[in-house]
Amino acid sequence: MLTLQEVSKSFTQREGSYQAVRGVSLSVEAGSIHGIIGASGAGKSTLLRLMNLLERPDEGMVLLEGRPLTELTELELRRERQKMGMIFQQFNLVANATVSRNVAIPLELSGYPRKERRDRVMECLQFVGLEDKAGQYPARLSGGQRQRVAIARALANGPKLLLCDEPTSALDPATTADILGVLRHINSSLGVTVVIVTHEMDVVRSICSHVSVMEEGRIVDSFSRREEDFLPPAGHSGSYREQITGKAGGVYV
Amino acid sequence: MFESLQQYEAQMWESIRETFVMVGVSIGAAVLLGLPLGTLLYFTRKGQLYENRSLSALLNAVVNVVRSFPFLLLVVALIPFTRLLVGTAIGTMAATVPLSIVAIAYYSRLVEQSLLEVPRGTLEAARAMGASRTALIFKFLYVEARSGLVLGLTASTISFISFSTVMGVVGGGGVGDFAIRYGYQRFETEVMVYAIVVMIVLVQLIQFTGSTVARLLDKR
Repeated sequence: MLTLQEVSKSFTQREGSYQAVRGVSLSVEAGSIHGIIGASGAGKSTLLRLMNLLERPDEGMVLLEGRPLTELTELELRRERQKMGMIFQQFNLVANATVSRNVAIPLELSGYPRKERRDRVMECLQFVGLEDKAGQYPARLSGGQRQRVAIARALANGPKLLLCDEPTSALDPATTADILGVLRHINSSLGVTVVIVTHEMDVVRSICSHVSVMEEGRIVDSFSRREEDFLPPAGHSGSYREQITGKAGGVYV
Repeated sequence: MFESLQQYEAQMWESIRETFVMVGVSIGAAVLLGLPLGTLLYFTRKGQLYENRSLSALLNAVVNVVRSFPFLLLVVALIPFTRLLVGTAIGTMAATVPLSIVAIAYYSRLVEQSLLEVPRGTLEAARAMGASRTALIFKFLYVEARSGLVLGLTASTISFISFSTVMGVVGGGGVGDFAIRYGYQRFETEVMVYAIVVMIVLVQLIQFTGSTVARLLDKR
């Protein structure tokens, strides 16, 4: 689905240059839920932004279904982005627009047929269970509801890929489980490939089929897990791989 | 006691009309040119989406020069430009030129400030969903900043009224000029008080309208 080849990204700061992502190669399999986990400052969010080129890599290639995004024109890139959804820790909804308007914006951007927009908006809101909130403004909604609206917005154009930047880090545990359920449902019923960046072990434990561990700008461990993998009790000892799969191995960071 | 007011009624209405023309044209200039200029000031700033140091420095210099000019001197300095634009340097239409220049510079700063308050995440979401530059500005940036933009325009309008009171120097007329010529220079105190009251009422009305509209637009 999505491949990163030796991508690097550094930022210039007052104290000099800071390398956020260092030569990362990564393959996201179609139909997977791919978790990227690591401590804060490990470069996870930057890596996610390299996937839809919100950040341009200094080096390396980003391929979406074999197409090099890094070589597209601005217009072509915008078209590709319309086929990828993205959700954020702080939801990033348009606060001065109603719930239905928020979901309608991406449809306007992609030139979705005008007459069918309203139906599509309602369809997406139904999917996340918020059709009764269509006329509300985001300020009136709870955090979990706002993230659902953001998910509906991200799904509007029927994406193949959904990028999630710490989607549950601003939510309480019950709401987190709720949102993860929605993401799993999107993956299983719509066949959308999901990439999740998180620092929360439980997120990876509960829904990810593939895991990459990130540390200081590098992927230090990658593995996949199956349903029958033993889910160990939550703990903070051992490698990320041990904590997620209950099996020895992995890299101690 | 109100004889003098009746005597000058026609002039009073004429002066109010002149004030409306001067302020109205300034508001138009502020919206049509100050808004894009403010948006450009915002986008070219360090760390913003279209960061451009040299353009940013240039625009800031221009805006600061206009804003730091003592207003009367600006009016005088702009006389050749005014003549070029409207064919004469005196009268109400001529007075709108320096007022509009100040209006553009003044409002552009307030626009820049309002836009800076829009959360970066909102623009990131816009880019992630493939928004063009125009869509990013009109469907995201201005929508989120709209109550600030209205409050800024309200504050600007009130300043334009204040600036317009001195336009008598180039024959611009207006309520301020009326108060000076008939009230102060002819010792008709009631006329001056009346003119001042008109201005106060006008400013109160504008502020009330602006604040109300801004509040209704703000759903955050």
